Amino acid sequence: MSKADLSVELRPKLVGARVRRTEDRRLLSGTGQFVDDMAPPGVVHVALVRSDQPHARILNIDVSAAMDVPGLVAIFDAADLEDEVTPAIPTSRMAGYYATPYWPLARGKVRYVGEPVVAVVADSRYAAEDIAGLITIEYEPLPAAIRQVDAVRDDAPLLHEEAGSNVIVARTFERGDVDRIMREAPLVVKGHFRMTRKAPTAMECRAYLAEYDRRRRALTLHSASNIPGLVRDVLAKSLDLPGNRLRVVAPDVGGSFGGKGSLYHEEMLVCLLARKLERPVKYTADRLEELTSASQAFDEMIEAELAVDQEGRFLGLRADVIGDVGAYSIYPWTAALEPVQVVSFMPGPYRLEHYRGRVRGVLTPKPPTGPYRGVGRPSSTFAMERLVDMAARGLGMDPAEIRRRNLVGEGEFPYRTASGVIWDQSAFHECLEGACKAADYPALRRWQEEARAQGRWVGLGFASYAELTGIGSRIAVAPGMPINTGTETSVIAIDSTGAITANFGIASHGQGLETTLAQVIADELCCAIDDVEVRHGDSAIVPQSSGTYASRSAVLAGGAATRSAHALKAKVLRAAARLMDVPVDDLDAHGGIIRARGSNAVLTFREVADAVYNRMGAIPRESREDLVASETYDPYFGTACSSTHLAAVEVDRQTFGVKVHRFVVAEDCGRIINPMIVDGQVQGAVAQGIGAALLEEMVHGDDGQLLTASLADYLLPLASDVPDIGIVHIEAELPNNVGGFRGMGEGGTIGAPAAIANAITDALAPLGIEIETLPATPERIFRLVMEKAKQLQEG
Amino acid sequence: MNHAVEISVGVNGVAHRRAVEPRTLLSDFLRHELGLTGTHVGCEHGVCGACTVLLDGRSARSCLTLAVQVDGVEIETIEGQGAGDDLGPIQAAFREHHALQCGFCTPGFIMTIADMLAHYPLENDEQIRDALSGNICRCTGYQNIVAAVRQLAQERGPLP
Repeated sequence: MSKADLSVELRPKLVGARVRRTEDRRLLSGTGQFVDDMAPPGVVHVALVRSDQPHARILNIDVSAAMDVPGLVAIFDAADLEDEVTPAIPTSRMAGYYATPYWPLARGKVRYVGEPVVAVVADSRYAAEDIAGLITIEYEPLPAAIRQVDAVRDDAPLLHEEAGSNVIVARTFERGDVDRIMREAPLVVKGHFRMTRKAPTAMECRAYLAEYDRRRRALTLHSASNIPGLVRDVLAKSLDLPGNRLRVVAPDVGGSFGGKGSLYHEEMLVCLLARKLERPVKYTADRLEELTSASQAFDEMIEAELAVDQEGRFLGLRADVIGDVGAYSIYPWTAALEPVQVVSFMPGPYRLEHYRGRVRGVLTPKPPTGPYRGVGRPSSTFAMERLVDMAARGLGMDPAEIRRRNLVGEGEFPYRTASGVIWDQSAFHECLEGACKAADYPALRRWQEEARAQGRWVGLGFASYAELTGIGSRIAVAPGMPINTGTETSVIAIDSTGAITANFGIASHGQGLETTLAQVIADELCCAIDDVEVRHGDSAIVPQSSGTYASRSAVLAGGAATRSAHALKAKVLRAAARLMDVPVDDLDAHGGIIRARGSNAVLTFREVADAVYNRMGAIPRESREDLVASETYDPYFGTACSSTHLAAVEVDRQTFGVKVHRFVVAEDCGRIINPMIVDGQVQGAVAQGIGAALLEEMVHGDDGQLLTASLADYLLPLASDVPDIGIVHIEAELPNNVGGFRGMGEGGTIGAPAAIANAITDALAPLGIEIETLPATPERIFRLVMEKAKQLQEG
Repeated sequence: MNHAVEISVGVNGVAHRRAVEPRTLLSDFLRHELGLTGTHVGCEHGVCGACTVLLDGRSARSCLTLAVQVDGVEIETIEGQGAGDDLGPIQAAFREHHALQCGFCTPGFIMTIADMLAHYPLENDEQIRDALSGNICRCTGYQNIVAAVRQLAQERGPLP
């Protein structure tokens, strides 16, 4: 290696550095622009009359009392709009699946409390709500099976008659002979696990603003969405508009966690109404609407059993899952997204030969489930990791040791799990050891012993898991889903002023992708980071994009950015070589400055751009290239991201509340672009996992009404509920993709519920109590303890 | 409901005089009447704290306050804390500590912290976490917000 090469190598890289975020200045000063912040002239506002029935036929809609209210623009029900829209159909290749059509407003029937039925348009939101309150809908209530155990029965009332069954998704994964293993194994542990329904609950409620351009007969939808490209594609079909006259833009978006990652009725609605009324139309959900109509999460009943031998080796696993998917199969992910992944990921990061996982996704009159941070894996990891701890306890083995004996290890990658998921090289064992070391596991055990001696209920819990991230075109992100989620495109241009603009279709909503992608580009293009403007979340700036979800943006957009920047740099250097009259190979670039080795010639990127675009003849006609590069990246397979979480908790003997004393995460997310942002993602995701473990539960009454319809009832973790999170990064062998990045935004939510459930069980081990339902609220723990006390008294 | 009531308020040092419907929420007044959209509305029932502003120096939920209640009051909002290229101390500490992700709850946190720094000891993490527990952040897990407040409290020193 020559000296010059070395000096290039030694230059500080931006990838890997704690670069402060580009996004922050606007967000900190109140100059961010969220959808509800936009107020175009002439905008009208939508309020929705939503169903107060879980399942009912709509007999009559009476708007007569509403017609004279000042401010009214128009009132619409499904029949008024039917001719102007076709439904979105969440198709799937999965056998036996039924795709429920998505319309803007309920047609004929309502299927959950909160489903939109009538749209009121008025000149202010206040007026729209006044008018909505004067509309009367007459319903004929229909029978409904509210709980999934009832809805799966053959004689259950049908929510979608056309489906012929409430079970619209059913699948079995099988390998080996698990029934024989269960019969013959020295130890079989089992549990009936329940991961209750959650709400993703971003702090910004959903908001949509559609603007109609009469001159171009074009629509622009500003949407609080993390999938603007997918929304554009489906609405183009539903509204029969070409993509060049339908633009979907996600401006600043106040979090999603999956809740803004599906198509919504209201997005179709505002577009339709803006076109019909030829005015800007805005709808902003309030929190009640958000909790009763945004997509929800999890809601599985899992019966599972694990067979182990005397040495703690896992022999076989059997699981039967019923997922309550709500009233519709969500677009585009389908109802398979959440429950099917519970069984496909159940075997976890472990060596396990024999498996049968059966899953049914069943319709119930509740809002549809959809993507939520971790998808499927928070539930599968909860069930599996509980079984692992049960087995360890049954064998008198340390929970770290039983994991050590079963985690897939060196020499076994790529490993095909019993359900067919392929784990590429990832640091499963290193994460387990890393968590033990960082938390000083032996010291924690001593702490526990001392606390126990004082009669305190303290416990430790592990959770090890792996996830697929950055999935390419080989696998659909949602099982059987036919749309492309395997590619992302980056278009980078240096314009005639020398400014660098990088366009992406991904849609950052808190992840800081404007910063991290600029880091990647600046390193690869060898320009100054401040000279790069990253644009994203706009369907009009790349030909196709599916958005930001499934821990994919760093991998896919990062890969596309790397490739585009690389191609663009080659163009810049070719032009510079011509201008400087030196061979391209003699050029070095750094910070937007190009130098010729062996001479004093220097050109800036801006000077090169000026020569290319503005100075005729500076570069011969046949060699002149625009300084633009557009590359698409498809990682083909996904890459594994793995982690071990270790929680130390105490159950208060007076209140039965759980306090998380200590939480350590050791994770392998490949090459880290910005450690500050990665740590922030882990901390935030773990807090959500703590919420899932201890606080958050969407409770529906037997009448189908939501009983937790405010943030005073649906409890989110507060600053006083979560500890500081200890984080260990393990940069194992990098995955075989462009950049070596693994996706990592979801992991915390996957591991934390399981780790905490195991820790609580460990804390209550002297009483022999197993945590099988999350959240482990004080009331649930109190009941378990009382039940145990009663048993002891009777026994 | 349509009898507009005249109010006079100061917002970030600028005087405004407006006629408002008595039912108009202060949050809507700030956002839609005055165009100060930095104040965000997260729940409209007083739990999340995203809409927190200062009324005569003390934090309040603008979604639980009617505009007519603040006649004669001096209001401070996020826009008064500092501009993007000239961040105030709380804003700067947030940036330094990566105490925001999506940024939606951030204005409410910053206004709450402005009040807490002026009136509470904030001597340890427990007190800081207590002080922040009226605001919900769904992105950060609070750790970096706590770190930002810890630094701000240290720089401030003990309260007189």
